[in-house]
Amino acid sequence: MAPSKRRQANVRFNPEATAAVLPELVALLRQNRTELREEWARRITEAQLLTAMTKEEIFAEATSIYDNYVDVLETGAVEALQAYARNLSERIIPRGVETNEVVGIVLLLRDVLARSLFKKYQSDFALLNRVLDAYEPAANRIAVTVSVGFVQERERIIREQQEAIRELSTPVLPVRERLLILPIIGVIDPQRARQLTEQLLRGIRSNRAKVVVIDITGVPTIDSTVANHLVQTVESARLLGATVIVTGLSPEIAQTLVTIGVDLGKMNTVGDLRGGIEEAERLLGYKVAALAEAVQ
Amino acid sequence: MLVPILKQGQYLIASVQAALTDADLLKLRDALTEQVGTYRSRGVIVDVTSLDVMDSFASRTLSDLANMIKLRGAETVIVGIQPEVAFSMVQLGLKLEDVATALDLEEGLEFLNRKTARVAHAPKPPR
Amino acid sequence: MPPNPPDKIRCPIKSDLDIVTCRQKGREMAVQMGFPYSDGALIATAISELARNIVNYAVSGEVDITPVEVAGRTGIQVIARDHGPGIRNIDLAMQDGYSTSGGLGLGLPGVRRLMDTFEITSNGAKGTTVTAIKWKR
Repeated sequence: MAPSKRRQANVRFNPEATAAVLPELVALLRQNRTELREEWARRITEAQLLTAMTKEEIFAEATSIYDNYVDVLETGAVEALQAYARNLSERIIPRGVETNEVVGIVLLLRDVLARSLFKKYQSDFALLNRVLDAYEPAANRIAVTVSVGFVQERERIIREQQEAIRELSTPVLPVRERLLILPIIGVIDPQRARQLTEQLLRGIRSNRAKVVVIDITGVPTIDSTVANHLVQTVESARLLGATVIVTGLSPEIAQTLVTIGVDLGKMNTVGDLRGGIEEAERLLGYKVAALAEAVQ
Repeated sequence: MLVPILKQGQYLIASVQAALTDADLLKLRDALTEQVGTYRSRGVIVDVTSLDVMDSFASRTLSDLANMIKLRGAETVIVGIQPEVAFSMVQLGLKLEDVATALDLEEGLEFLNRKTARVAHAPKPPR
Repeated sequence: MPPNPPDKIRCPIKSDLDIVTCRQKGREMAVQMGFPYSDGALIATAISELARNIVNYAVSGEVDITPVEVAGRTGIQVIARDHGPGIRNIDLAMQDGYSTSGGLGLGLPGVRRLMDTFEITSNGAKGTTVTAIKWKR
């Protein structure tokens, strides 16, 4: 670490000297593009990286990474590199490329280029130092930017997939006119509860539902947290003018919840789904009859 | 900003626009209460479709509104609460407990018709 | 972060008129940054409640609304600062029952539920500061 610290100190003390060699080393890397790129591709295969991709794909990506790499060495334009890194990640993540592979190939490229610099300037130690002073910080910045960009893109995709899974697992079903059924299966965590509520409210609005039956038979644990989420869902639905019937909540569990202080309030609970639907139809049928009478 | 109040038969309909100040909400509350008396209205619909945020003051003023109108012998129904607004309200613990709500204007009218029909016709027992 | 993130906004809060202005600015920023419509509503509601606390419990204050980026995620940060006397008992204020009595009270636990991060610090009689962030999904 100490030698490179000293070299980095040189960078600060001799910015003009460093800036002077940068164009030269960039030109060198461009000049030897073909052979350096092949060297790199060879080392990638040797290290058994990017096994999910074909030789042609590796070559195509390698070409564009190489050119971008050298461009950024020249310009220091990090934003462009970040955008490129995200774009690249978007392409290769679905191909099954892993983080260690991306970090690996970027470091290999750094090494291949560094070696070529050693080779060219080995006879002039002072010049080699200046060249490395210019090259190393830039190369390291590139490695970090590409790796971090890849990881962030992965995390973003995982979040999106989780959201999609949650959405698929809570279907809102329009069963009859003005009646929605929401069967919930599985654990309800805060994100899911929130998403459930949003989907339900949107469903109420687009189906103009007056009654909703939420069935929680498939929810394994019903503790006070889950119960509170449910209460909130019911209250939000009511604000849109819908009546909610909760089914699958056994009287024992309901009693326990009340005992521990959960306010089930005006929650309409029925033992099973069939009973809930019957109750819903009764509510709807009753309303229809009363309106017919009023019109007479 | 004054909220326009329409008279439709026995009902008053107020359509709230976005960005009402506290003072505007209070003026609305008082105007509706007064007009219910003037026109002997049987029901009031407050349409909040355009309201993008319902905070504690708005929710309390609407509650007060419903209570004051009830004292004058009329029913209130709030319609058009947007899904996001409903969600936020519940997170904040604003329940609008004693106030009737309906999905939209059509549902609101149906609600008021049902509520006020009891006096006009002798109810037949449901079959 | 989008190429041109919006500028940070400072809303002075003295009266209830400032509440509406402030939350609309928050809404606009959410739109500019590409937040889904529903999240813009939540942010605006949180701003409204925080600003309202300043009006109710302090002489004056301000709400700062800032775009933020951490580890590749973008978000909107809301900092509500009052100039005293502010909230005396923070623990009490953060209890759910305290805030939900008919819509009265401070709504702070509610704001915490609306946003993704939430921090509150009291500077004694000098006032209170609430910091909350909503991340873009």
